[in-house]
Amino acid sequence: MHIARNWRIKKQRYSLHGEICHHCGAHVFPPRDVCPECAKPAYDPAQLSGLGEVYSFTTVYNAPEGFQTQAPYPLALIKLEEGPMLTAQLTDVDPDRVEIGMEVEMVTRKLSVEGDEGLINYGYKFRPRMAA
Amino acid sequence: MRDVAIVGIGQTPVGELWNQSLRHLGHDAIHAAMADAGIETADALYVGNMLSGELSGQEHLATLIADFTGLRGIEAAKIEAACASGAAAMRVGVLAVASGMADTVIVTGVEKMTDTLPAETTAGLAMAADQDYEAAEGATFVALNAMIMRRYMYEYGVTKVDFAPFPIIAHENALGNPNAMFHLKLTPERYEKAPAVAPPINIMDSSPICDGAAAVVLMPYEQAREFGRGKRLVRVAASVSATDTLAVHDRHDPLWLEAAYISSHKAYTLAGVTPNDIDFFELHDAFSIMAALSLEASGFAPRGKALELAASGALARDGRLPINTMGGLKARGHPVGATGVYQIVEAVMQLRGEAGANQLDHAHIAMTQNIGGSGATILTHILIGES
Ligand SMILES: [Zn+2]
Repeated sequence: MHIARNWRIKKQRYSLHGEICHHCGAHVFPPRDVCPECAKPAYDPAQLSGLGEVYSFTTVYNAPEGFQTQAPYPLALIKLEEGPMLTAQLTDVDPDRVEIGMEVEMVTRKLSVEGDEGLINYGYKFRPRMAA
Repeated sequence: MRDVAIVGIGQTPVGELWNQSLRHLGHDAIHAAMADAGIETADALYVGNMLSGELSGQEHLATLIADFTGLRGIEAAKIEAACASGAAAMRVGVLAVASGMADTVIVTGVEKMTDTLPAETTAGLAMAADQDYEAAEGATFVALNAMIMRRYMYEYGVTKVDFAPFPIIAHENALGNPNAMFHLKLTPERYEKAPAVAPPINIMDSSPICDGAAAVVLMPYEQAREFGRGKRLVRVAASVSATDTLAVHDRHDPLWLEAAYISSHKAYTLAGVTPNDIDFFELHDAFSIMAALSLEASGFAPRGKALELAASGALARDGRLPINTMGGLKARGHPVGATGVYQIVEAVMQLRGEAGANQLDHAHIAMTQNIGGSGATILTHILIGES
């Protein structure tokens, strides 16, 4: 069980809480206090919009422990509008209609289950963007 | 710094070895390498291994293997760098001998992956990725590679079947390797029909889960020359390690293996060679896409052109740059932490003229490349057979 470990990163898991580098202006996600672009300190918090597009995707058939009840599930690399990329499952989508460049938005969903008596972990997934 | 020579090699067959334990595998490879070198003890043992703690509940692995192998008393440590653990252990062995801190060093890579259920092994392999931001989202090792492969197809306008030459070459070469896991000929038709694991990756793009161990004995080059036992001496002309972002999503360009570029080009400089001088290349085809990206970043093909190189026949045993001459990860098998040492053992076999049915006509300068994770740690070794 990883109670403290999941608690520590709840802000980024639940609300895409990142950082902005005031040296070069780059957005940083997940927060790491060092800018991956210019290697200078980056402590200023920044809320990411949760909007992005699919950079690439696959379907996971052979799921690891904790994810087996969800398999098969679509997984994607999402390029966020602010610049950073992240790895997340796609949800509320017809797997046959996923394509590179598809516009998506963040939602909060159940990620994994640590056994019958363990934690249920929640976090971000992405779904096709609803019309504004 | 002293030049380093490889004076002994050993390996076990690769496969689902249910009658062999982790410690027995290490023992068998080490004893074969020690017998080949004609030594009875060593100053140090470095063990490349990724998953002994997770899949066998056994850490403190190097001391266990030293004890079990009859080497009690010597320095021993496990080196872990995911699937690059084997080459990372080799690098530590080279450093120890080159620096003068040790004269005779044994490096082994050993992995036991088939005692556990597939979901447990899959979760273990995913530990090479970022646990909080890749694995926690349900990413597996194969899924990360599948997303890179799909983007490659999108960017360069190639199709899935264009990747077929990589597993076909691997399986062709494994036919002549008695230690390989698979001895079956792969056809383009069979490749196209193979079941998907994580699309576009199918089972024929993927190296298998398996057990195995390989080992080498290292010595200072000058000492090895005097010691000589009638076998061609192999010099370690370059041993270089480099890193990239751990997570694939943190790379500006997931289609470029920066750590392969850095380690290969530093290795060329150290060895005083260019890519044209390399006679054959034992590369890390954990997935077909990794073979392509490795060739491009190491300077053997322009970006997006590795599949054309493969289709041209250049990578077969009678081509200009034979790859994976004993079957590679795909067909010899990929016991993860052992793979980097298997690559070196097989390169030494070619350089010595001991590769049997798979012996290359021209084998003087070899390159091996071992990749940890989806490109996060990459080691390149260049080995030269001395006359
Ligand atoms: Zn910055």
